[in-house]
Amino acid sequence: MLDCGLDMTSTLNFLPLPLVQSPRLSKLPGWVLKDGSMFLDKELKECSGHVFVDSVPEFCLPETELLDLSTVDVILISNYHCMMALPYITEYTGFTGTVYATEPTVQIGRLLMEELVNSIERVPKAQSASMWKNKEVQRLLPAPLKDAVEVSMWRKCYTMPEVNAALSKIQLVGYSQKIELFGAVQVTPLSSGYALGSSNWIIQSHYEKVSYVSGSSLLTTHPQPMDQASLKNSDVLILTGLTQIPTANPDGMVGEFCSNLAMTVRNGGNVLVPCYPSGVIYDLLECLYQYIDSAGLSNVPFYFISPVANSSLEFSQIFAEWLCHNKQTKVYLPEPPFPHAELIQTNKLKHYPSIHGDFSNDFKQPCVVFTGHPSLRFGDVVHFMELWGKSSLNTVIFTEPDFSYLDALAPYQPLAMKCVYCPIDTRLNFIQVSKLLKEVQPLHVVCPEQYTQPPPTQSHRTDLMIDCQPPAMSYRRAEVLTLPYKRRYEKIEIMPDLADSLVPLEIKPGISLATVSAVLHTKDNKHLPPKPPQPPASKKRKRVSDDVPEGKSLKPLLSGSIPMDQFVQTLEKHGFSDVKVEDTAKGHIVLLQEAETLIQLEEDSTHIICDNDEPLRVKLRDLVLKFLQKF
Amino acid sequence: MPEIKVTPLGAGQDVGRSCILVSIAGKNVMLDCGMHMGYNDDRRFPDFSYITQNGRLTDFLDCVIISHFHLDHCGALPYFSEMVGYDGPIYMSHPTKAICPILLEDYRKITVDKKGETNFFTSQMIKDCMKKVVAVHLHQTVQVDEELEIKAYYAGHVLGAAMFQIKVGCESVVYTGDYNMTPDRHLGAAWIDKCRPDLLITESTYATTIRDSKRCRERDFLKKVHETVERGGKVLIPVFALGRAQELCILLETFWERMNLKAPIYFSTGLTEKANHYYKLFITWTNQKIRKTFVQRNMFEFKHIKAFDRAFADNPGPMVVFATPGMLHAGQSLQIFRKWAGNEKNMVIMPGYCVQGTVGHKILSGQRKLEMEGRQILEVKMQVEYMSFSAHADAKGIMQLIRQAEPRNVLLVHGEAKKMEFLRQKIEQEFHVSCFMPANGETTTILTNPSIPVDISLGLLKRETAIGAAPDAKKPKLMHGTLLMKDNSFRLVSPEQALKELGLAEHQLRFTCRVHIQDPRKEHETVLRVYNHLKGILKDYSVQHLPDGSITVESILIQATAHSEDQGTKVLLVSWTYQDEELGSYLTSLLKKGLPQSTP
Repeated sequence: MLDCGLDMTSTLNFLPLPLVQSPRLSKLPGWVLKDGSMFLDKELKECSGHVFVDSVPEFCLPETELLDLSTVDVILISNYHCMMALPYITEYTGFTGTVYATEPTVQIGRLLMEELVNSIERVPKAQSASMWKNKEVQRLLPAPLKDAVEVSMWRKCYTMPEVNAALSKIQLVGYSQKIELFGAVQVTPLSSGYALGSSNWIIQSHYEKVSYVSGSSLLTTHPQPMDQASLKNSDVLILTGLTQIPTANPDGMVGEFCSNLAMTVRNGGNVLVPCYPSGVIYDLLECLYQYIDSAGLSNVPFYFISPVANSSLEFSQIFAEWLCHNKQTKVYLPEPPFPHAELIQTNKLKHYPSIHGDFSNDFKQPCVVFTGHPSLRFGDVVHFMELWGKSSLNTVIFTEPDFSYLDALAPYQPLAMKCVYCPIDTRLNFIQVSKLLKEVQPLHVVCPEQYTQPPPTQSHRTDLMIDCQPPAMSYRRAEVLTLPYKRRYEKIEIMPDLADSLVPLEIKPGISLATVSAVLHTKDNKHLPPKPPQPPASKKRKRVSDDVPEGKSLKPLLSGSIPMDQFVQTLEKHGFSDVKVEDTAKGHIVLLQEAETLIQLEEDSTHIICDNDEPLRVKLRDLVLKFLQKF
Repeated sequence: MPEIKVTPLGAGQDVGRSCILVSIAGKNVMLDCGMHMGYNDDRRFPDFSYITQNGRLTDFLDCVIISHFHLDHCGALPYFSEMVGYDGPIYMSHPTKAICPILLEDYRKITVDKKGETNFFTSQMIKDCMKKVVAVHLHQTVQVDEELEIKAYYAGHVLGAAMFQIKVGCESVVYTGDYNMTPDRHLGAAWIDKCRPDLLITESTYATTIRDSKRCRERDFLKKVHETVERGGKVLIPVFALGRAQELCILLETFWERMNLKAPIYFSTGLTEKANHYYKLFITWTNQKIRKTFVQRNMFEFKHIKAFDRAFADNPGPMVVFATPGMLHAGQSLQIFRKWAGNEKNMVIMPGYCVQGTVGHKILSGQRKLEMEGRQILEVKMQVEYMSFSAHADAKGIMQLIRQAEPRNVLLVHGEAKKMEFLRQKIEQEFHVSCFMPANGETTTILTNPSIPVDISLGLLKRETAIGAAPDAKKPKLMHGTLLMKDNSFRLVSPEQALKELGLAEHQLRFTCRVHIQDPRKEHETVLRVYNHLKGILKDYSVQHLPDGSITVESILIQATAHSEDQGTKVLLVSWTYQDEELGSYLTSLLKKGLPQSTP
């Protein structure tokens, strides 16, 4: 199984979880059906024309019905965003295999899960709505609730013990490490350049190579650059995790981010940056590190609020081996690879586990706050939205591309606060994809259906799709795709003693052959070196001709033809004095008159017709065989 | 016969200046490039002229691998690459790459600035040398060229220490460098998978020692330090700046905290803070416990341990001082030792191995009157204690590693000849593998017997597996195929495919025998009797009665006709191809014996 991501856009259908009782949210009117029936007004609330479920937010899981997950042997994880559904899979589906991921992926993935669990668990919600999920009821609801897929499969968030159990099933791997799976295939993670420890995977046998390219970046940010060379010569390249915002240039967005931030703060407003606790935030902090002095922001406090803020900042400094070259060389000095260490030291950046505790004492405005969750449905960000939403001095800047910012803001409307959308998505865009494909030249490309056509909202932009030859094969949710290649050879090893016993024969110039009869052992999907067949053990009693021959003894195929004159000479040499030859349409018939035996010789066949005299037959057989090549 | 050749240029029946040449399948690899602490002349570096007399080293060596940052493993590297001249790749782990240049610079300073030697490598040479270094991750398979690949394994010992597997085709060598099979307070234990190398080159510093539990040694150490401090004495612990020092610091720090002790602990070198910083940044290379808790509490931030100033040595009252270098052969540790040696209240604790010729080695072997520079005699009255904290595998650990890796041959380096000899016998007895211990400059040749990789067509593989037909997959299967050899490629295919590819036709060899059977019944009844008879005997074969009146056993055809003269005799024509020879021959002889009297 390749990756194990969680669809969190489902949470956008729910009301935000406020940290402190929000009078605004609690006073929202219940939603009433057009015919006036009231039975859903406890579960569904209306806000500025949108309907939300008033319940603990739920997530949309990967498809688990299509196949029996206990038959999945291995899960390969490409980056920490793509493992968020892992506890659901490892704890509730009968999956007993191994999960492979790099160390930073696991550590940061753990932080993301911890933050998720924490922000949902600390706001216990009494209500868990389920009535609206009834198919008959859902049909009557307004969009987008009406169109939400698989709502019956939506699940509440997992717990920390489940997270720990899931993570304990992960086997850590390093880039370019070759991992043998059951002797059948070898998998290798390669740097994908997108995030700390993010990987593409190569799945290969001796003759077949499948590359799984997921969430890759060619831009120079903090992670190690993408390893493209190792993707060459793929039979199949599975391509996914391209940028969500193909039209936005990440560099331009960072510039816009900085200038909007500066403008707001200069005007005395606060800036809210909803974000994940790891990833782009490191790059943003690095930009700000260079920017704040020149922009005259040195006195503005930057707050990073997350239950895992400290861990995330600390972890980022110890994965030097997974960072780009510049950052790696810093460690040799030895200096911390990221400049946010200095921001913390100089008190420009402060981090807190939550808005409670120390933060409330230190809190000074105007300020810049980085906090989660980017969906604006849970986490400390909900508090700041409620707090700052009413003032047009303040700005919320969206940098994470996973959620539509309009949908994210919907339950906070009407809103006075300024909203700026600067999505920073460093993953491959379509221009980079075609460059990459030209470079690595896979035989076939496989990708999700969306990438093979322009985005529905911009159907004229034919440049926003994958263009390659032969055309990419696409797949959809719950669709089975057969890959177009056939396996023809496998590798085995021949032991030296068997090799010694072979007698090669040169058939044509430069081509030799030898017949091999050997015992093949198969163990762990590996075909062990074949050994020469053992002569029957002496203990075993000699086979009496009465016994039925055991099994099928394999005789070689024959080839060649028998030269008439030489054959007759040979027969005469062996004491047959009455050889008589008759010509036929296709060859000859050799008659041994006394022995009442007849040999038909033709170009590609020999037929010995011999009655009642087994020793004679065997003798003739061996004479014939001398003229033929064995295969 | 393919062979692997190994020649130690250093560390052959000796500890110091590790440098081992390995030739494997036409590739030449140099393992480590160390200096010898016991010598100050030419002997301190390996004799690189052995590698090649007039050619360039770069042409001869495919790569150089450095196992860890200790100078006896990397101290000659700038001399080798910049002064002798080598421009090929040098591989080492990230922490080694980070720390190695600092120790080299330190070594250069002591040699050139303090001892005034000329003709030594310069700071610039260290920098240029490090530019040739390629850093490797643990378990990453590094392709040095098309055929040669190397892979690093965790070795414990010091931060960033690695064992290396060197592999060409099916042949492989594992070099351990220095390693430790028991986790300590800051590092984990060495680990390798069952990679079954043709040769394992292992260090054998503690070839004959079996150490008691780490806990006992730690308790012992703390007790001795504590007692000395209690009676007002000073404790000198000579260490190398990185490695053991951090482990002992963690140990003393926690002890001081627990016992609420006040005596000062000093660390003598400016390197310390920097060193601890390396440990913080490379925390992924430390042990699990430290890695797990580093966010809450970084073990390498010490409260009780302060920087040492030269003047402190004369302060009255108890103190504990960590000073470099670890073998008391030069520098600050030796200076402090000379100051304190005369007082029996004081104590020096040697926590690691000392090379012959160093002051450390002398006092450990019981010498109490030392001749210093200028013929001055130093009388040692202070207590001298030895505690093995050096993180080398002991005999038990070495055996454990051999068990893990399952090598076909073992070669010992980095140890003393006598001890090696003992271990060699033990290894040969227990594992029944050859064990070698070449001296410096002596070449050991190991014959390998590599298998020949062959491509087998899936058609043949599947067919052979199907004939076995049994669900019992473990049962060996007889395989018959044709090996096609063309332009150095080997392919094993089915005989049919071989014929087809070569454009040859099959020659069919067929036999027909007439068997007479006395049976007065009608032809088809005779056939039925024959059918039942065969069916009864040949249970494992497919015996069929065809509508046209003939019988087949597998591909053998049996037809019956009445005898032209004698109606009571039926003639059975048995016809088979050469491929069914055994069965055909058996059938004719069976039928010749006639049919049983009554058909069941």
